[in-house]
Amino acid sequence: MKFQIFASRNLKEILRDPLTLGFGIGFPLVVLLLLSAIQANIPVDMFAIERLTPGIAVFGLSFFSLFAGILISKDRATSFLMRLFASPLTASDYILSYTLPVLLMAVAQIFICFIAAAILGLEVNFNALLAVVVVIPAAILFIAIGLLTGSLFNDKQVGGIIGAGLTNFSAWLSGTWFEIELVGGWFKKIADALPFSHAVEAGRAAMRGDFASILPHLWWVIGYALITLIIAIVVFTRKMKSDQV
Amino acid sequence: MIAIKTTGLTKRYNNKTAVNDLNLSISQGELFALLGVNGAGKTTTIKMLSCLTKPTSGDALVLGDSIVTKPHQVKEKINVSPQETAVARNLSVRENLELIAGIYGSNRKDSRMKSDEMLSAFGLVEVAGDKAKILSGGMQRRLSIAMALISDPQVLFLDEPTLGLDVLARRELWSAIRKMKGKITIILTTHYMEEAEALSDRIGIMSKGEIKAVGTAGELISKTGSKNFEDAFVACATEPEVTA
Repeated sequence: MKFQIFASRNLKEILRDPLTLGFGIGFPLVVLLLLSAIQANIPVDMFAIERLTPGIAVFGLSFFSLFAGILISKDRATSFLMRLFASPLTASDYILSYTLPVLLMAVAQIFICFIAAAILGLEVNFNALLAVVVVIPAAILFIAIGLLTGSLFNDKQVGGIIGAGLTNFSAWLSGTWFEIELVGGWFKKIADALPFSHAVEAGRAAMRGDFASILPHLWWVIGYALITLIIAIVVFTRKMKSDQV
Repeated sequence: MIAIKTTGLTKRYNNKTAVNDLNLSISQGELFALLGVNGAGKTTTIKMLSCLTKPTSGDALVLGDSIVTKPHQVKEKINVSPQETAVARNLSVRENLELIAGIYGSNRKDSRMKSDEMLSAFGLVEVAGDKAKILSGGMQRRLSIAMALISDPQVLFLDEPTLGLDVLARRELWSAIRKMKGKITIILTTHYMEEAEALSDRIGIMSKGEIKAVGTAGELISKTGSKNFEDAFVACATEPEVTA
């Protein structure tokens, strides 16, 4: 399968960038350790490991938008993508090749986050495993955002939009760092209308075994992920056929 | 045998005509240079012939297949070395070569064998394990062309292959291109007169999206009554049309 060959290249390209490993895996772990240390000294319900872990996992996933976006935008800027567009690869080959390796890494990141949390005291049980699965649609959402921005913008713009914008925006609106209800008003309305807090809440519901509460939150994430992915695929495919790769 | 035949090939971007009514025949095994100043329409012509952009009107047959109706078949037989050094920066030189070989259908064993051939042919053996991003500009260009050749294309498009290279790197690349002459059909774009003159079997001079003259360097000099090829180019590029 030709897409596997290109997917393998994309995986290598991301893994060989030390910043990727630092931010994608290292940074969320540092935040998890830091907040757990604070929690050990000054207990706050918000930062209890069962509540914190899904939030950190979702926060870590936001960096995968950056990796996917920068990879695609750099491939466009260096004409590497143009070289490949002249090859017999099809549109679906490109989409799979860019999406699957990043998804693989994102799932690995979720597992690493939960393993680190287990070391810090998170109980390993069915609920924790379910939470891992429940967070995966958020990975697809963030990868789709990366695919979309990488198709539209150059690598510096992607760095600004996602590196500075999306990671902060999604973190504030996720309810990981503070209770959204405490701010209330328009902030809560925006947070409720976006998928980030729902991704975290779905994970938290899984962690506490409140299975009935998972799907109402998860549908938001799955809906956003599917819509964003469809838009990203349409934009990428149009770019493939357009005069400006 | 004709490798490429264009018929009224035209590309317009909004109100601007990038390539206008191009009618060309290029023989198999020929090295044909498209020579022109920046914005003459050379890269747009290559993009159309390599199915990267669709013509607004007209068509071209590449080894008998239409770029408009059978782009997939055309893509199986061609390869492109773009103007920019289009390499995977974090992959090694060998990995870059094996990647392209694999994408064009070679299995692992064949990919490795073909990579060995390319590494040897382009003097890249010593840097085979180095990441592409640490290579010099000249070496990256060599790698870029080797990546285009590893799929055994019948037609190779080289878009400004020596742009931005120093004299020594340019001469090394010329030597590599000369070795390919006669074996495959090569369409090369350049705005360096000496490059077109040194490498090509025939030269097509493009200006403002149109082919102004086609012929060997000697024919173009003779036809325009010029002292040298540079004068012939200026005469052709500024005249309405010169028939060589």
